[in-house]
Amino acid sequence: MTNSYEEIKDNDVLLVIGSNTTETHPIIGLEMKKAVRRGAKLIVIDPRKIELVKWSHDHLQLKPGTDVALLNCIMNVIIQENLADKAYIDERTQGFPALARSMERYTPEYGEEVTGVSRENIISTARLYARASRAGIYYTMGVTQHTHGTDNVFAIANLALMTGNLGRRSTGVNPLRGQNNVQGCTDMGCVPPFFPGYQSVASPEVKARFERLWRTTLSSSPGLTATEMIDAAAGGNFRALYIKGENPVVSDPDMQHTVRALQSLDFLVVQDIFMTETALMADVVLPAACFAEKEGTFTNSERRVQRVRKAVDPPGEAREDSWIIARLSSSMGYDISYDRIEDVFREAGKAWPALGGMDYHRLEHKGLQWPCPTRDHPGTPYLFKGAFPKRIPAFTPVDYRPSEELPDSEYPMILNTGRELFNYHTGTMTRRNKAVNLVSPGGYVEIHPADAREIDIENGRMVRVSSRRGSIKVQVRISSRPLQGTVFIPFHFIEAAANMLTNTAVDPIAGIPELKVCAVKLESMETTGVLKSRRSHD
Amino acid sequence: MGSSKVTLNIDGKEVIAEKNSTILDAARKLEITIPSLCHNPDLVPFGGCRLCLVEVAGTSRPVASCAALVQEGMRVKSSTNYLERLRRTNVELLLSDHPNDCMLCERAGNCKLQELAYYYGIRENRFEGIRREYPEQDNNPFIRREMEKCIMCGQCVRICDEIQGVGAIDFAYKGLWTKVSPPFEKDLDCEFCGQCVAVCPTGALTGRMWASKGRQKFREVETVCPYCGCGCNITLAVKKNEIARVYSKKDTVNQGMLCVKGRFAYDFVHSQDRLTRPLIRINPAKDLYLHQENPYADSSSSAGFKPDPAQFREASWEEALDYTALRLKEIKDRHGPDVIGGLASARCTNEDNYLFQKFMRMAVGTNNVDHCARY
Repeated sequence: MTNSYEEIKDNDVLLVIGSNTTETHPIIGLEMKKAVRRGAKLIVIDPRKIELVKWSHDHLQLKPGTDVALLNCIMNVIIQENLADKAYIDERTQGFPALARSMERYTPEYGEEVTGVSRENIISTARLYARASRAGIYYTMGVTQHTHGTDNVFAIANLALMTGNLGRRSTGVNPLRGQNNVQGCTDMGCVPPFFPGYQSVASPEVKARFERLWRTTLSSSPGLTATEMIDAAAGGNFRALYIKGENPVVSDPDMQHTVRALQSLDFLVVQDIFMTETALMADVVLPAACFAEKEGTFTNSERRVQRVRKAVDPPGEAREDSWIIARLSSSMGYDISYDRIEDVFREAGKAWPALGGMDYHRLEHKGLQWPCPTRDHPGTPYLFKGAFPKRIPAFTPVDYRPSEELPDSEYPMILNTGRELFNYHTGTMTRRNKAVNLVSPGGYVEIHPADAREIDIENGRMVRVSSRRGSIKVQVRISSRPLQGTVFIPFHFIEAAANMLTNTAVDPIAGIPELKVCAVKLESMETTGVLKSRRSHD
Repeated sequence: MGSSKVTLNIDGKEVIAEKNSTILDAARKLEITIPSLCHNPDLVPFGGCRLCLVEVAGTSRPVASCAALVQEGMRVKSSTNYLERLRRTNVELLLSDHPNDCMLCERAGNCKLQELAYYYGIRENRFEGIRREYPEQDNNPFIRREMEKCIMCGQCVRICDEIQGVGAIDFAYKGLWTKVSPPFEKDLDCEFCGQCVAVCPTGALTGRMWASKGRQKFREVETVCPYCGCGCNITLAVKKNEIARVYSKKDTVNQGMLCVKGRFAYDFVHSQDRLTRPLIRINPAKDLYLHQENPYADSSSSAGFKPDPAQFREASWEEALDYTALRLKEIKDRHGPDVIGGLASARCTNEDNYLFQKFMRMAVGTNNVDHCARY
């Protein structure tokens, strides 16, 4: 997030795009409700009628995967009606004329046709957002898990920039991070192109600096992303994987593809707290300590680095991940050992100046938000105050591209996947809780009443949902939440695994898979009626 | 002109307070203790418990300080013999219809009503009469609701409505039979955030999973929730080597609010299914590639898997790590480092992940390191 939780309540307009905030980030959801109570206008852009819609002033129920078209049309209206922040654009950005030209064809009429959102709603949203004095945009995987996920984010950034909603309190471009330490894991360099702190492995100076810091020689060849590694393995071109605290069999697209990839490896090490579906396939399984059994830090969505503290001992011989990694490294002949875990954090601060001013003592209460470069720096509640670092940001014009796999006569429905309130990710933690299992016992497919009528299926019955990748049996939940012609399946439930169906097509820049859109068909398990979509996608 | 502030006098001391603040707010600025059961600074004043009564010069009757706004020149007495008699009577009235369950109650030792009974020395009760009895129990799996212990402070009703925005409960019936209840006295069926449990001053609302895990002398460990990216601060209340309950304090990034997962889904830590020894495969893995069919279609849930002794044997750390290092070195020597990859974890700490990428880049020698930021 460019901005902070505490600023949400002071937004006067909130644009929530592709984020089921009250279920997936409940506490941030509370801040949004607080803002609405204080008079803010909330616009929800989502193909599902999520709970937050009850709090919204408008719900733009777009067709899945048409976000760029919708956002461009909103920008078109802002430009046409002279609502852009000219002073901000002149002073702090570049490339606006090219963007303005590229928006010309995105008329509200075009938007209505492509996205299904009415012309009037597009215009009113554009006016509302552009005229706001403190407008914040909030988004999650509904924006990013597309083959045009990066384009979606560019479009959001363009919108915020042209209205001057970046670099001030209660504004910003705010991706809400899905897991407790996604932010930190990325910050720490667990991404192929970057050393810790987003420093490019391809830069000779950066590489030389890390070689000095670590007293070693390093590779400058670009690494593979997770999806690329799985693809390489499935193609027989990859030999070994060391998987720590992830369960890709359940979380990655196209489960059979993932299974085949992992089976093709010569050697698989899985380090986890439970015997996950992925660990079942491993050659070596290493038992790890969980969050309550170790010291360290997590970084949350608002870039706040906070202390994690040991409360109990790990069971049996389970050990902290850091201990396991350091010992394994020694066995390979490379010493990365440390005396105290804080030494590792301090080394990260040396590697990346944004953490340089932090230590465990300063993080003791409530933590600090990076960047925090010096010992007396108070941390940064919102980014880009006054100026952008390094270079002036340019607008990045993007054009609408349809999703990779659209419905057709054989697979007439769109499948959307995601989380629900009670369960979490692949369910390894939450599904071991008896109470959670009572309120959320298993998988389901949300289907619009009109679609349910068409295949003559009743609530609670089983259906077979199939895509080109696979097929699952799952219980029907008739609901007005999904857009007609689309269905939703949560991915927590292995016995009705949504990721049996999803598509491995990825965004060309970020490598993120298109988990939010693929084509499926539904068949009633009692009768053989196949649902024909009346939507205009095919 | 300083019109947003007023000066008043409480117990002989001058205090400057915001115009729209209450007498109770002003008293707390002076660190004067006024008892209260229904007051919560995050919620709209309720004035229900009548314990925060104070005397204001010029008014004939005591006023509820949590609801009465300050006024310029106001003269307040927070404690007089008369007020203390009123307060004691109010506590007695509450206790006259309160089960004498402190022996077993989860909140004993951390109960505002118990504390007030102690403060006012109430053992006998002058008031006798009908007592509320609710043999029908709410069967929801998260929150134990013992409505006999409810003192009608309304904090649960208000937080559910005013903060959570759910409105799952409200007051039902009248008089003695007033009861906080879900619609039509059904079992609670809500988001189970447990905000109501957190504000309940008595043992009326408790976490079911707290039962018999201890209720006092916890070792409090301040840490961060392991679920979504909000990064809420949680306090683990630890008894011996077990997390007995989870709560969150007011002065945190999440202002003490939690969701169902953060508050109630912590028992995985002590699950019998936890991996406890390193394992090395002894027999080939089952072929799970079933073309287009879900190999786990018949699993009742993912929560059941345990290491299969036909497939794995337990090993010492030394053996498991040496074996892993040997295999990785073999592959690296034969095929180069770029056929080896690492998936780090967004669930692990910064320190774990820093070391992980350092290990992959330094010991293995590849930039093939990634994590699930994309899923």
